[in-house]
Amino acid sequence: MINVTDSAGQPPALHVAGLRFAYPDGREALRGVDLTLAPGERVALLGPNGAGKTTLVLHLNGILHGGGGRVEISGLPVIPRDRAAIAEIRRRVGIVFQDPDDQLFMPTVAEDVAFGPANLGLRGAELDARVDEALAAVGMSEHRDQVPHHLSFGQRRRVAVATVLAMRPEILVLDEPSSNLDPASRRELAEILETLPVTLLMVTHDLPYALELCPRSVILDAGRIAADGETTSLLADRDLMRGHRLELPFGFDPIAAAASRHP
Amino acid sequence: MGAGHAHPLHLDRLSPVHRLAAEVKIVAVLLFTIVVVLTPPTEFAAFGGYALLLVPVGIAARVPLLWLLKRATIELPFVLLAVALPFLGHGTRIEWLGLSLSVDGLHGAWNIFAKGTLGVLASLLLAATTTMRDLILGLDRLRVPTVFTQIATFMLRYIDVLAGDARRMRIARLSRGYDPRFLWQVKAFAVGVGSLFLRSYERGERVYLAMVSRGYTGRLPRSAEGRAPARQWAVSAMLPVASAGIAVAAAVLA
Repeated sequence: MINVTDSAGQPPALHVAGLRFAYPDGREALRGVDLTLAPGERVALLGPNGAGKTTLVLHLNGILHGGGGRVEISGLPVIPRDRAAIAEIRRRVGIVFQDPDDQLFMPTVAEDVAFGPANLGLRGAELDARVDEALAAVGMSEHRDQVPHHLSFGQRRRVAVATVLAMRPEILVLDEPSSNLDPASRRELAEILETLPVTLLMVTHDLPYALELCPRSVILDAGRIAADGETTSLLADRDLMRGHRLELPFGFDPIAAAASRHP
Repeated sequence: MGAGHAHPLHLDRLSPVHRLAAEVKIVAVLLFTIVVVLTPPTEFAAFGGYALLLVPVGIAARVPLLWLLKRATIELPFVLLAVALPFLGHGTRIEWLGLSLSVDGLHGAWNIFAKGTLGVLASLLLAATTTMRDLILGLDRLRVPTVFTQIATFMLRYIDVLAGDARRMRIARLSRGYDPRFLWQVKAFAVGVGSLFLRSYERGERVYLAMVSRGYTGRLPRSAEGRAPARQWAVSAMLPVASAGIAVAAAVLA
């Protein structure tokens, strides 16, 4: 077993090596992905539609598997057959899916946030405390007994983040966190994400959002990591961006934006 | 708990009946209905007694009579069937206002009408005083198999999402000039139903993935444990016990 450790001797939060996957219809989605995230890092995963981003995400907690290669979460390998280990992996990796209506399936907000920790075996007062803590972290405490359907889209997205935070994950994986959000909800979510003390992997098409939140970005295209580096320099490389069907919004200058960030 | 899970049959009030635990009310209504159904249709007085029993329940639950009667019209299709019975029945017939009516048919019609109405009224009182969410939790505490309560839970959560999907699809159809007037024009509607089914199916898959990602292994965590206090059971037992008393009295006196 190869053990990748950083200078402090801590295993990386996420280590993916040679990951391959083909869907049953033969379509190859991942063709040897290598990716390592240090604890506490915030990384954006960029790429055009159909690049394999969602497929990669579903490998991180062992939902998809069997194509070769390995995934480790803080040193613990993802082995789907090992039920006890996979339960721990699913605690460590919190995935926030794109459509909050898919994520929020219980009749009330509090019950939904309690779902994950209850599956971890928490009960009673301890469970309530987890729910309160997670809802407080996303500023949704006053909505705990509401019906998810009656919340705004931005509020539902924040509750979806809370459902995952309640499991105290080590890595938070967000699939298109800013999609369908109005600018204010988008900013509020960014402020919340910035305060969370977790490793963050953010799948997104929203390049300014990636620049705002993630110092580092990787570009996934055609099942491979095509580029890995500082977000500002990746976004500023016009040829690289165009080569992978990534486009900045009209008039957006990543270098100027990064410079204006902390005046 | 369950705030906002109002359904058209729920009446949001503060009353002693609303405060009773759901499982207690479910059992009371179920037993009451069983007693009503087991009573022979010829015990006319007994049915009057049952109806009188529901009056204090309705008053305690602060359910207006008119509200109750309006919603009881759900029974009408069955009553229409009952109306036909005296004309269609066999056996001895009697003349009434120039109509030839079957005695057996009349008894059959009364049977359907009386038992149906009492059952509907009791169920409406249960529905008026209990939210959907509490009903499901009550069934769960009554040890109804979790597969049923899980399905009901998901239905409760997603019925509004589905209705929203259907509404948006309808608006999109109408916006493009769809205005079906004849049966052969319903194709777009039928296709819409089909795609709604597919969408729901795909959503089901995505929901399942999201659940598995949070450690789902086939059981929903049991929220809110805790049992209804014995006093609540005793209070709500009054309805079935009183109705059983009426049934026994009717049988003895007859």
